[in-house]
Amino acid sequence: MNWEKIVDKLSILSDAAKYDVSCASSGSKRSNTNKGLGDARGMGICHTYTEDGRCVSLLKILLTNHCIFDCAYCTSRKSNDIKRAAFTVQEVVDLTINFYRRNYIEGLFLSSGIFKDADFTMERLVSIAKKLRTEHKFNGYIHLKAIPGASKELMNLAALYADRLSVNIELPTIEGLKELAPDKNRADMERPMNDLKTGIQIYKEEKKKSRFTPLFAPAGQSTQMVVGASGESDMQILYTAKYFYQKYHLKRVYYSGYVPISTDTRLPAIGTAVPMVRENRLYQTDWLVRFYGFKVEEIVNPNFPDLELDKDPKLAWALRHPEFFPVDINTAELWKIYRVPGIGVQSALKIVKARNFQKLRLDHLKQLGIATNRAQYFIRTASPMNFQAELPSKGIEQLVLSNYHGKYKNIVQQQLSLF
Amino acid sequence: MNLLKILIYDGSFEGLLCCIFRIYEQKILVFKIVKKNEPLSDLFAENIEIHTDEVRAQRVWSGIQRKAGKISIERILMAFLSEIQGEEHTIIRYVQYLIDSKRNIEDNLSHPVVQRLQDVVKMVNRERHRMKAFVRFQLLTDGIYYSGIEPDFNVLPLIKDHFAHRYADQQWIIYDLRRNYGLYYDLKTVSEMELEIAPKANANNIFQEEEILYQELWKKYFKHTNIESRKNTALHIRHVPKRYWKYLTEKM
Ligand code: SF4
Repeated sequence: MNWEKIVDKLSILSDAAKYDVSCASSGSKRSNTNKGLGDARGMGICHTYTEDGRCVSLLKILLTNHCIFDCAYCTSRKSNDIKRAAFTVQEVVDLTINFYRRNYIEGLFLSSGIFKDADFTMERLVSIAKKLRTEHKFNGYIHLKAIPGASKELMNLAALYADRLSVNIELPTIEGLKELAPDKNRADMERPMNDLKTGIQIYKEEKKKSRFTPLFAPAGQSTQMVVGASGESDMQILYTAKYFYQKYHLKRVYYSGYVPISTDTRLPAIGTAVPMVRENRLYQTDWLVRFYGFKVEEIVNPNFPDLELDKDPKLAWALRHPEFFPVDINTAELWKIYRVPGIGVQSALKIVKARNFQKLRLDHLKQLGIATNRAQYFIRTASPMNFQAELPSKGIEQLVLSNYHGKYKNIVQQQLSLF
Repeated sequence: MNLLKILIYDGSFEGLLCCIFRIYEQKILVFKIVKKNEPLSDLFAENIEIHTDEVRAQRVWSGIQRKAGKISIERILMAFLSEIQGEEHTIIRYVQYLIDSKRNIEDNLSHPVVQRLQDVVKMVNRERHRMKAFVRFQLLTDGIYYSGIEPDFNVLPLIKDHFAHRYADQQWIIYDLRRNYGLYYDLKTVSEMELEIAPKANANNIFQEEEILYQELWKKYFKHTNIESRKNTALHIRHVPKRYWKYLTEKM
């Protein structure tokens, strides 16, 4: 290998890939049964975190940043005057294997600009995945970003080697797409998604007949859209997400706050803040829908088209629905406890278990490690009086939390900051 | 009156089980457990040296296993591996509660002892998880992938299977520099080993030339995958606390 060149390419092609936010490496079923290298069962590991605090789990690179298209929001767009580079198939394979062997990564997340046409590019992505699986007996995680418009044959081949495939829908609305990515259209994105969905369904049927059926995209498919580039509302974003979750059985929809990189007047100017809080609120909503039993329409609808930035969506919903509270934690069904602001899934499950042993009071919740500073306003416990009166001050509460369970405290705060 | 009895054991799990044996055998009510190398502080106590006996240990362990579910076994083992000074007491209180109770106690998280063990398990699990993430192998000139670590708790036994499974086709050593022992995988099995001089993280002469280059590539990647305009140092440090940086290639 020519090292200097590789260093150069890696710099350019990881720079260009970093705006793709999905980095998950979970959900595959690929196990190391061939005495090969790696394993992709279960939860993916974050091997490190970038200085912006994002999980680094996969080697996330572009095969090339050459591109025949001209999407306004993308650094690789044809009209952008930047240094271009391209890896060879072998270079990507070597990097992946050697990073993996050193326990830097869980696997590879490979996408690409479009070289010549969709299939020409897709074919190279597939051959990298194939080489890793067949020549190196690599069982780590592989996520390939499919090129919109790729043929059904290539998509099927890709699914044989990759754990996850994704086709990015890029912008939440069709109008936005027309405006900012004129070379692209929704149909080219939905076709490969549909092929994958069908393929995965067939696989599941086959699997019932024979357990030797080769894996087919075991971690399913996902997509991503850019947030804050085309003036869309949160309702439009979340309704689009719902459509894709339902129609193509996606595992995840990712939201990527637009990072201003262009002077193009169709886009937010350079220097505009990345909408990180908004992005976070969208993910919180996504969680509420996937794990907490909320319907999207309960959170955003024509009356409330945008998420509130200063409070999380669960709290916002609770404040709009005082009639739902207080929830009695000793008698309420689990789904109702899920809806209490400040109480996460884990805490709700703990409550339901612990209440078999005794009537729970507020101090019991603290013993269970559940922070009550927010929840107290929305629940009824076996404590005789009003909790606000019972809690002398926030300071004391924090003392309780920090009291030698230093590590534990962090988790609580993390959950709190999530909900 | 019950005089405080101090049971001194060798620090092994079997030794701790023998303490439990003695407590039950002599119906000791007021006791303190210390490891051999820990300081004794109580002047008015009776010191009892507990001899580690495999057979007794096994009897106690079978007794516990009869009552304990998977979760309890895990709690006991992990609390032991935490090596937190004095954690033996929680373990013993837990065992007593387990033996005395007619109901399944595992879910009774509002019981202080259950709660405490659950917390310790969480702490140890967190460290285990971190080590799965933060081990950085370096390729030695003799073809072995080597990693030094300094975990807060004794987590090598807890990460052994993970690495054996994942790196089935390469020889590796993960070495706990704090406890001075390591795991060595020879392509067939994993065994415990001690090194006289464990390699330091940046002793370049024992690494393959290629190794240095891949480390450079990884550092480059780490730098370039960061998005400057999203910088959030507090979050970064919360996820990767500074005490681990010493062994992280991207932070060296
Ligand atoms: S097709 Fe992809 S790589 Fe090319 S300009 Fe559009 S978003 Fe960028």
